[in-house]
Amino acid sequence: MFWELILQNRRKSLWLFAIMAVVLVVLGFVIGSVFDAERGGIAGIILAMGIWVFLTLLTLSNGDEILLKVSGAHEITKDVHPRLFNVVEEMKIAAGLPAMPKVYIIDEPAPNAFAIGLKPEKSAVAVTAGLLERLDRDELQGVVAHEMSHVMNRDSQLMTVAGIMLGSIVLVSQVFLRSLWFWPSGSRRYRRSGGGSPQLQLIMIAVAVVLAILAPIFARLLYLAISRKREYLADASAVQLTRYPSGLASALEKISSVDIQLEAANQVTAPMYIVNPLVKKGSKLSDLSSTHPPITRRIKILRSMTSGADIGSYQKAFSRVHRKSTPLIPTSGLRKSKHIDIREATPEDKNAKDDKKTQRDVMDLMRAVNDYAFMVCVCGLKMKLPPELSEDETVSCPRCGRGNKIPVAELETIGAVVGVSVGPRATAQGDTESGSRSRELEYVRKGRGWETFACACGRLLQLSPAFSGQELRCKSCGKRVRIKY
Amino acid sequence: MFGWILLGLAAAVVFYFVGIYNQLVRLRNRVKNMWSQIDVQLKRRHDLVPNLVETAKGYMKHERETFEEITKARSRAMGAGSVGDKSKAEGNLTGALGRFMLVVENYPDLKANQNFLALQEELTSTENKIAFSRQGYNDSVLFFNNKIQMFPSNVIANSFNFTEEEFFEIEEAGERKVPKVSFSESTES
Repeated sequence: MFWELILQNRRKSLWLFAIMAVVLVVLGFVIGSVFDAERGGIAGIILAMGIWVFLTLLTLSNGDEILLKVSGAHEITKDVHPRLFNVVEEMKIAAGLPAMPKVYIIDEPAPNAFAIGLKPEKSAVAVTAGLLERLDRDELQGVVAHEMSHVMNRDSQLMTVAGIMLGSIVLVSQVFLRSLWFWPSGSRRYRRSGGGSPQLQLIMIAVAVVLAILAPIFARLLYLAISRKREYLADASAVQLTRYPSGLASALEKISSVDIQLEAANQVTAPMYIVNPLVKKGSKLSDLSSTHPPITRRIKILRSMTSGADIGSYQKAFSRVHRKSTPLIPTSGLRKSKHIDIREATPEDKNAKDDKKTQRDVMDLMRAVNDYAFMVCVCGLKMKLPPELSEDETVSCPRCGRGNKIPVAELETIGAVVGVSVGPRATAQGDTESGSRSRELEYVRKGRGWETFACACGRLLQLSPAFSGQELRCKSCGKRVRIKY
Repeated sequence: MFGWILLGLAAAVVFYFVGIYNQLVRLRNRVKNMWSQIDVQLKRRHDLVPNLVETAKGYMKHERETFEEITKARSRAMGAGSVGDKSKAEGNLTGALGRFMLVVENYPDLKANQNFLALQEELTSTENKIAFSRQGYNDSVLFFNNKIQMFPSNVIANSFNFTEEEFFEIEEAGERKVPKVSFSESTES
């Protein structure tokens, strides 16, 4: 049944390509004719095609790397995050991809993910650190399955082709509209352009301007309409791959409940993500201009799938939620789809909290390996300081905006501690025992304001201005720290 | 003229049958390829089991039968030859591992062990991979067997010794239901 989707996609690709190509050619012709009524049209078409070819070549040669770099993604190996790697491999098998996708982590707290790949043989999945922190195994599987479906159904391909076309159209019309500002006061030009009366020339200009304004809008709407439908289809395929609709549903719930902006996302990369990263909470975007279908509706569809996990069941749930029977999936594909039962949830550890902590530890370790240092702001945000930062700079907290001085001595201690914990992990009990026996820790307060310092275990402790006790207990290792004034 | 047409027809028929033969070969290779993917995962699981037992032994002193059951199931699974035997033996191993994980619930210290957690993740992932690749394998076997039984490809299949392949079925009943009893509370809301 996936073949139907792929075939349909390919047909769609061609249609889209044709329509957008026509728009581009007409645009080129009209704009060219404005400058020279006889030969300008052809020149305009050649110029527009030239821009398109250039953008295509640029994308084909290293578009993937550019996108990943813009998004701030780092490639990882299996030992950095075994679970993520395993889940990607599982979905690669389920989707029948010919090669293992590269796995990337984006160093951002906002939970989101995307996949790219012009060919299924050469694809990549990127998830943010925030996503890894929050999702459990089934949810992560749902998200990765959604992304793998994009690769499997050739969505990435289609969207790339469409994106290039859209880009060319926007570029051509922008160049034209800008050039109008420098339009020399008319009459000389009319005479030079051999045939055609001045009236005709004026009409041509008017047509060109209208077209230059409308074409990008039209192309964008076309692009977005396709993008939205792809998201539903990818959800449907993801459910079929994982056989577990609740996983993706609760992942989407968690993602939508977090109110952090993804900083690396922009207009170009936004359609790639599983959830539109540019939508601000509370802002009502009109349906036509958004890259993704409303997330609440996606969740509703997934949550109402109770009888089966195949693509037919998704179609049923889709029609139920939309209250009309718009065919999302071609009927020929539906007929072939066989019923698939929903599987049980993967038994998750009861100490799931600890599990998330380990995930966060892994992320921190990854940064520690890259010579990052950690510092907790007064507002509670743990800041990661890159090694390039000079010692007496102040860092402003990205959440509350306070300026924080970097305490050099403390950072060194943390670095040492992290170096220890990279090695084999000591068991939790061993740690506390040796802690209570070892010499007492001491911290001398510098003033009466907010102060942050590191415990020997690496946990950063804070003293408020109101604190006046003699002793502080570290929350993670249980050691006591004497406070001196 | 008539001779040429006859020759053309004969050539078309030959090409047609060559095409069918090639398709059969392609399908058989796909089945083999799919099977090797499952086999990799099965071997991976066999490798994981001793590590798992070794890690757990220190914590679970009074569960000798559980360990014995797993070890036996593993060696039986490793010795199994044909696909049919394998699916039975691997089903047993899956069941034994499921029961083992049930017992583990009683040992919180073991569950906090980092090494054990890593092994558990590997085991879960391997079982998922087996399940997912099993799907693809069975689909390709179904397609291949259909081709062998149906006319006209069955003529070619019979004369060139293409034999039907076996499905790989793990009895899911025991495997899936056992964990449900103990983990039901941890499913998300």
